[in-house]
Amino acid sequence: MAQVVKSLRDRYRYAIVVFKELVKTDFQLRYQGSFLGILWSVLKPLMLFAVMYVVFVRFLKFSDGTPTFPISLLCGTCLWSFFSESTSMGMMSIVNRGDLLRKIHFPKYIIVASTTMGSMISLGINLLVVIVFGFFAHAQFTWRVLLVPFSILQLYAIGLGLALVLATLYVYFRDVAHIWEVVMQALFYATPIIYPISMVSERGYGWAADLLMLNPVAQTIMDIRHNLLAPQYTPTVWTMIQNPFIRLIPYALSVFILWLGVHVFRKRQSAFAEVL
Amino acid sequence: MNQEVEQSPVVLSVQHVAKSFRLPTEQASGLKQAFLNWARGIKGYTEQQVLRDITFDVHQGDFFGIVGRNGSGKSTLLKIISQIYVPEHGSVQVNGKLVPFIELGVGFNPELTGRENVYLNGALLGFSREEIDGMYDDIVAFAELEEFMDQKLKNYSSGMQVRLAFSVAIKAQGDILVLDEVLAVGDEAFQRKCDNFFSEVKKDPTKTVILVTHSMDSVKKYCNKAILIKDGEIIESGDKDTVADRYTLENVAVKPSDAKQPSDDENDEVEKYPAGLNERVPFLKVWPISEQLSDGEQPFRFEVEYEFHEECPFYLAISLIDRKRGGVVCDSGSVRMFKTGRQRVRFNIPVASFNNSDFKLLVSLRVDGATPEGPTDMVAFTNEENSCSFAIRNAKNKDYALISERVLDFVQE
Repeated sequence: MAQVVKSLRDRYRYAIVVFKELVKTDFQLRYQGSFLGILWSVLKPLMLFAVMYVVFVRFLKFSDGTPTFPISLLCGTCLWSFFSESTSMGMMSIVNRGDLLRKIHFPKYIIVASTTMGSMISLGINLLVVIVFGFFAHAQFTWRVLLVPFSILQLYAIGLGLALVLATLYVYFRDVAHIWEVVMQALFYATPIIYPISMVSERGYGWAADLLMLNPVAQTIMDIRHNLLAPQYTPTVWTMIQNPFIRLIPYALSVFILWLGVHVFRKRQSAFAEVL
Repeated sequence: MNQEVEQSPVVLSVQHVAKSFRLPTEQASGLKQAFLNWARGIKGYTEQQVLRDITFDVHQGDFFGIVGRNGSGKSTLLKIISQIYVPEHGSVQVNGKLVPFIELGVGFNPELTGRENVYLNGALLGFSREEIDGMYDDIVAFAELEEFMDQKLKNYSSGMQVRLAFSVAIKAQGDILVLDEVLAVGDEAFQRKCDNFFSEVKKDPTKTVILVTHSMDSVKKYCNKAILIKDGEIIESGDKDTVADRYTLENVAVKPSDAKQPSDDENDEVEKYPAGLNERVPFLKVWPISEQLSDGEQPFRFEVEYEFHEECPFYLAISLIDRKRGGVVCDSGSVRMFKTGRQRVRFNIPVASFNNSDFKLLVSLRVDGATPEGPTDMVAFTNEENSCSFAIRNAKNKDYALISERVLDFVQE
């Protein structure tokens, strides 16, 4: 028994050592050679936000009329960047690190986990920016802020689960990259980021709005906006859907995605070194 | 001493390991191809058996050599030992911390500094920051790169990179080191350091080294046991000298599987005769009579077998080729033959005046040219597989020059 515990701890220790070092390296290399360096982590979402704000809020008048819509938009952009970055970079990670896999034995999920964790660090920085801007943009910080970490954990679980599935598929079929790009574009428009969800429901598509909210990514983003910025103005799956079982669908889906990712990855990982 | 080693515990046990690879016959890294293959019911790959039933044990304190020609499966075996590949059958048991070096500097990134790379490389080998802190100074000192550790790796010369990588490798405090052909790196001074290191490790009864190499000198110098792998099987194991000599022989001898069997060849008409032969001379081959691995004391005896039916004067010409240094060592000129039909003729050549080398005997069959006085015309010659190879290995011989100083030496006037 003691032997089992010891060997488990040893295995775990190695994973942590590699994980830390890979996250550190990835992050160090991310803005390698760029003039502003880590500042880009802050600047990029702000600039993206500026573009969206001008196009969608100023010109196209997408707004739910609440004072927190701009900061909600910024927050949504940051969360979406995390989701899109973690899945697409996670997908490539195994293939990109193929040289490692062919030459050394170590827990392969570490590669995917460290890549998504890199995106997570960016998200952390971005959320700090969101909070700072929130003070100037009518954000209502309440006790509900304490719930935000749970939603972020959920978003990470979705991102990691999808990244694990995609990374496995990408080892065998490089087409996945192109397919995923399109899927991400579709998902982006299916998620209430640049438009308020009320815009859908007010036009008589209440069922469509409900359906969109069942997407776990949309649900998480709305939860975070609700809890972090505007409990009063942001609808969530809790306020929109009455049926308690249907409400739980996005949460259950998140767990399922993570399980699926881990399952698929574990089943296939031993062959990666030979296929790559 | 040997007894002690025998009784030490087994640290690596490889039992009946077999492995085959799927070699894609068609480009199949796309969905479309995968679907088409599936729809047409083709597998899209062929199986290649790389290892079949490999079994051996390595004891603590061993310096274990794995040798074999290119493509014999030794790298695959190494990857299975290092748990990078999963064996199809059989099992690998490791007791202790195994540090594999399939390649030096795994994970080295040119954009990071030398210091950061040491930590990254170390982490991948399973060492935490604190552990590397402990060995960092040793690593840097061994690599002799003190002034360069805060430079980016891309500014290192390739020799410096290899030195750094090698230092991490050998200073890493593993119980079992797995090294794949890494001895030939660095300048001479660095080589000497490595040499010392290996000699030290060899004495240390707690460290085990598994070394894959082509250098028989290293095997004879460091190893206490070795195995020779050929076509995925162990064909010689145990004593390092036997293995090293057998390997030398394997390299000079032609694999029997290479010899063409025209009967089961598909292109029967086209390739009826191997290169060098034709319908006038359907057979010409040199057979060794002496051992192909010779100590050089006795003349090397061999037999030329030919088949020739024309009633005209014909000749055999024999050349001795030095495979190691290149060039023709000696040549018989045209030797008149008289018997037609399928015949065997015996020759020998004294080799006592040569140092260690690998030789090849080439024979050509010739007839008179346009004018009988002029040079003869070649009708047939022995190709690689019909020629005869042999090697001279003797402890009293040197390796550098072809002619031994016993026979020919400079005289100071």
